[in-house]
Amino acid sequence: MVNIEIDGIPLRVDSAKMIIQAADEAGIDIPRFCYHKNLSIVANCRMCLVEVDKARKALPACATPVANGMKVFTQSEIALQAQRGVMEFLLINHPLDCPICDQGGECELQDLSLGYGSGISRFSEKKRVVKDKDIGPLVQTDMTRCIHCTRCVRFGQEIAGIKELGATGRGEHMEIGTYVEHSLASELSGNIIDLCPVGALTSKPFRYKARAWEMTSHPSIAMHDAVGSNLDLHTRQNEVMRVVARDNDSVNQSWISDRDRFSYLGLKHPDRLLNPMIKQNGEWQVTDWQTAMEFAVDGLKHVKTKNGADQIAGLISPTATLEEGYLFQKWLRAFGSQNVDHRLRQQDFSDAGHDQFSAMSLADIESSDAIVLLGCNIRSEAPLLAHRVRQSAYAGGLISDINFFKTDLLMPVDRQVVVNSAQLFVLLSGVAKTLLQRVDETTAKAWRHMMREKAPSATEQNIAMQLANAHQAVIIVGALANQHPQASAIRSLAALISELTGAHLLILPDANSQALHLAGALPHCDASQELKDGLNANAIWEEQLRAYVLFNIEPEFDCADPAAALLALQRAGFVMAINSFQCDSLRDYADVLLPLAAFTETSGTFVGLDHQWQSFTGAVAPPGESRPGWKILRVLGNISKFNGFDYVSSEGVRQELQDQLNRLSSARKSIYIPAEITNVNGVQLISEVPVYRTDSLVRHSKALQLTPENQFLDTMRISPALAEKYGLHQGDAVQIQQDEFAVSATVLIDEQVAENMAHLAAASPLSARLGNAFGNVELSAMMESIDA
Amino acid sequence: MQLDQVCFRTMHLDQPWSMESYRSVGGYQMLEKILREKTRQETIIEIIKNSALRGRGGAGFPTGLKWSFMPRRMPGDKYIVCNSDEGEPGTCKDRDIIRFNPHQVIEGMIIAGYTIGAQRGYNYIRGEFFEPIERFEQALIEAREAGYLGKNILNSGFNFELFCHPGAGAYICGEETALLESLEGKKGQPRYKPPFPAGYGLYGRPTTVNNTETLASVPVILQHGADWFHELGTPNNGGQKIFCMSGHVNKPGNYEVPLGMPFAELLELAGGVRNGNKLKAVIPGGSSTPVVPADVMMQTAMSYDGIGKAGSMLGAGSVIVMDETTCMVKALERIAYFYYEESCGQCTPCREGTGWLYRVIKRIEDGQGRQEDLDRLIDVANNINGNTICALGDAAAAPVISFIKHFRDEFQYHIDHKCCLVSEPELKLNYG
Amino acid sequence: MTTALQLTGHRDQLFNQVIRQQLDSWISKYPPGQSQSAVIPALHILQDSHDGWLSEGLMRALADYLEIPAISVFEVATFYTMFELKPVGKHKISVCTNISCLLCGSEEIANHLQKRLGIGFGQTTADGKFTLKEVECLGACVGAPMLLLDRQYHEHLTPDKVDALLGEVK
Repeated sequence: MVNIEIDGIPLRVDSAKMIIQAADEAGIDIPRFCYHKNLSIVANCRMCLVEVDKARKALPACATPVANGMKVFTQSEIALQAQRGVMEFLLINHPLDCPICDQGGECELQDLSLGYGSGISRFSEKKRVVKDKDIGPLVQTDMTRCIHCTRCVRFGQEIAGIKELGATGRGEHMEIGTYVEHSLASELSGNIIDLCPVGALTSKPFRYKARAWEMTSHPSIAMHDAVGSNLDLHTRQNEVMRVVARDNDSVNQSWISDRDRFSYLGLKHPDRLLNPMIKQNGEWQVTDWQTAMEFAVDGLKHVKTKNGADQIAGLISPTATLEEGYLFQKWLRAFGSQNVDHRLRQQDFSDAGHDQFSAMSLADIESSDAIVLLGCNIRSEAPLLAHRVRQSAYAGGLISDINFFKTDLLMPVDRQVVVNSAQLFVLLSGVAKTLLQRVDETTAKAWRHMMREKAPSATEQNIAMQLANAHQAVIIVGALANQHPQASAIRSLAALISELTGAHLLILPDANSQALHLAGALPHCDASQELKDGLNANAIWEEQLRAYVLFNIEPEFDCADPAAALLALQRAGFVMAINSFQCDSLRDYADVLLPLAAFTETSGTFVGLDHQWQSFTGAVAPPGESRPGWKILRVLGNISKFNGFDYVSSEGVRQELQDQLNRLSSARKSIYIPAEITNVNGVQLISEVPVYRTDSLVRHSKALQLTPENQFLDTMRISPALAEKYGLHQGDAVQIQQDEFAVSATVLIDEQVAENMAHLAAASPLSARLGNAFGNVELSAMMESIDA
Repeated sequence: MQLDQVCFRTMHLDQPWSMESYRSVGGYQMLEKILREKTRQETIIEIIKNSALRGRGGAGFPTGLKWSFMPRRMPGDKYIVCNSDEGEPGTCKDRDIIRFNPHQVIEGMIIAGYTIGAQRGYNYIRGEFFEPIERFEQALIEAREAGYLGKNILNSGFNFELFCHPGAGAYICGEETALLESLEGKKGQPRYKPPFPAGYGLYGRPTTVNNTETLASVPVILQHGADWFHELGTPNNGGQKIFCMSGHVNKPGNYEVPLGMPFAELLELAGGVRNGNKLKAVIPGGSSTPVVPADVMMQTAMSYDGIGKAGSMLGAGSVIVMDETTCMVKALERIAYFYYEESCGQCTPCREGTGWLYRVIKRIEDGQGRQEDLDRLIDVANNINGNTICALGDAAAAPVISFIKHFRDEFQYHIDHKCCLVSEPELKLNYG
Repeated sequence: MTTALQLTGHRDQLFNQVIRQQLDSWISKYPPGQSQSAVIPALHILQDSHDGWLSEGLMRALADYLEIPAISVFEVATFYTMFELKPVGKHKISVCTNISCLLCGSEEIANHLQKRLGIGFGQTTADGKFTLKEVECLGACVGAPMLLLDRQYHEHLTPDKVDALLGEVK
């Protein structure tokens, strides 16, 4: 710590700080453009020049370290003269087209020029003009406005892990851009909109939609992955106009993913369900809430009376709030049904009750020095978790990526191991065996049947040793592992390895599923952890029940086995859906539709991978007749004449659950030990949810659907060996046959896909016509004539 | 008085660049002696300090002091980098040193590497110097064959590798941190200092960057002693120095003369002002140093301190001589264009300000000047000066400020009469 | 004309064998993991093997070869004046017009060249033989006025000397 003085105010600050950081902490304003607390320091804009005693010229506050006894003057004549000079230079080539600039009203250049600029320009030469570049559907460029602060360039290099933007040319002719026009490929690209201090990079979907001063800002929480990024929703006249990042150092720092930023565009989609509707004699009728809810409750009561309550099942989207999840299961359980689940894409639940939802802060992940990604395409599953892993890698952390295919993680990776299902178990047991050699006989004995005879390979030993020797290690089990038909075995081996190495185990939750878990939206236990014997998400479809209650899901996109789900729904006697969106298939099998508010329109609570409870309120009123989920469920409880549904706010729901959870003991659960591993023969489908197909709101955002990430929705990726075996070539049409279902896809030969696996996009129109997302498939080349 | 005693000491020989020529003047003897006797690093630094050798690239920083900043015993990679990115208008000495005496640069670099604890060196030579690069590469082959480079040099246990790295046309790479960026394969954009290269240099490792002439002086200093070198020049301004005499002189050329020589004498060596014309002004240290009017210049001694007293800088010793026929507006326009063209674009005052300066001066030269232009030029130059990441901003501002200061009347005449004071508009400059 | 270079595909197939050897030799001059340092020498080599200019494909292939982002190569290629991003003539004439050359008559040399070749600065003769460039100080001020013809400096120029020089060029 050192003692300094800024503008006469004595401060005691960390000696590693720069002047600007000390000033920021003390609330002393120093103007700046290039400096950003979460990016490297370049000192190129020169706006933060201040006077420092004993220095013969003004110094940049962002790049001058504090020193004991230092006296800084931010408002002295020397400082102001330097700052005014810089401001004049910044403005001479700036178009000053504020009236038609989207940044107007929130432009750092505009703001500062009020304080430091001159009313009259002394520059009478020609101004620079720069041609705009098309860099994709999300970010609009107006590069003549660029002041070359390079925040966007540094963001790509340091945070997104992909240097797409650069500064080409030199001097006055230096231009920020991609040099060759192309769409940005980063899933974090929208952050450059927030970062750009001027109107050079703005939101393309938001262009010319509203002025900064017309909008009101509401804090919110993103619901699309398990990070729970903090958002600010900017609204005007009851409409969300755009979404920007809200700083929260412990969660998302200054960043949000493009998915969190642009999903709001789905809110106004024409498929939005706006009125309660009931189907009578095969005809859909718009009705009022009372009628629709009575219709729904009657329908379920009828099934209960006739077929028993265990013929009713409820499935809820992992993007639902804690409160919605809690009320959903409470209502269904009051009916007498335990068939409640939110784990829609999973199919192996043998380890239920042994769940390993251990919390880990994002900061701890970033400071880990060994990280294993297991079946986890982390960039699309949780972009800001990927950012933390990337920071660990930049700091020298060793990253091992074990997956069914190789993706570019945009970070230095120590090793990427591509395995098929069988090879995955060989690998995991090899890692475990390396470690078991060092533990007590009892543990070793309990797992012996899972180990193979052969000695562990060098890779297996290496992974084991890296985890064991790390200062802090973490194993992240991702969606592809959790959705695998033998997910329990994968998770249990990961849990064993974690126990033997002291590594944290992070079973990456899907969106808000950690909250839904706590809320008891599960078939095997409720919120008070009382054991139940309901049907899981898999069995619910397989058993083909009489009645289904869907909460904000599109089963053909959101479930592990679209074909089974659709079949069950079509055969059911009664289907009700509390949904934000409708589609043809839903109208086909459903009997009642209740319009649901989106997350921007309701209050609720999100619980992320760090187990932090983050509550938020609605920013706009739900459109049409749609209502917040907790209110719909409360009234359904009332109409069903159940006790305990007299909530007046979502906080009341939250409090009730919190009280229940507080009474629970936190007994540690044993690791599940699988009985055996079943071998998969033939070609196994591996369905991965693309980054912009995760939930119904995202799927209805037009701009996100236009990104390059969505161009492979009808592509099947296979290894060269598999292609050769079936006589398939690049670009061929291939028929994918699964039981009685067949679809046609385009072949992409990719040596980064594991042997005997066919990689396909899940949650796509094509995969909606198939069965088990990880089932066996038959491949055959299609003649061109039948392609159409 | 004997000239050419330091960097040009092989110049009188046939094929002055060969290993044989270099050996004949005592070349590589100092390196062999140091490696044989395992001379202490501190001893060498002390000798260089006592010689009063100052950086020959322009800044004039004491070389021994610079070397002493290196954490020479710190483990890990450290680098010695030679700056042969000669590009300051008026400067053309390093090209001749490399063309005619490359081995002396190599020996100087190996000794410097030994002294600062570096095991690897790079000579960054500007890309247009095709011939010097070839000469240097050839000399490297010879030095390697003679066992002066590589592992365990002359069985001393000292390892040192040396490579040549070409530039590709960017004046800014002569700035030492821009040079390091360029050497790392990036745009030549200067780094903000601190940290200085001695702490964070090439690839983030401790690095010393010295000019070609500086490094080539080292073997001679060690051979003849610090006092001998110091006494070649004047106190605090040790040695001989190459002056590039260009512009309006009868015998333009590179002259290696003692520091402190009166300018009048140096001008005489260069054959005097061409055609017997009257001297008007001199830019004594390269285009970035302030211009000095003839009367002051004729009283000035050619040393760091002497030229400093005259209100300018010795810089790289690049003496641009201008006679009475010179239009100062046109001369400044060309200099201003250079800094506009060579600004790297990284920081605001230089990126925006150099273009502004150039455009206003061009307008004045084109007869479009306005009354407020001169004060505005001074104001803009002052707003650049001292406010940029590197010295290019100052370099762009200094000529503008000094030209207008000393020749304001001539600029005013251009604005008032829309034509040139020294020549008829249609004749412009009168090339003798 | 040069034979076409391989610009796509596997790293060990890019360009041709001779160029790969040259690039590898440059990469070996820098510490492990610092192959980006070879960008400038590599761009010189590629430009010389590609009729004197750098195409986008050539630069992308170099980025692949050095395993660095393509934009990093574009940044370097657009920063340094020796790199040509459009086709140029068979011979490149770079005339210095900076202060020392200006004082010694570079305007006359430049005008003479432009008249003789019938092109302005930055242009290429119709027969594709010459490209004429105005350049900043080339570090031969005591030989002013001067020009660089391909890889050779020519100093103390006069219009007659320029004529003789152009006459010698094949």
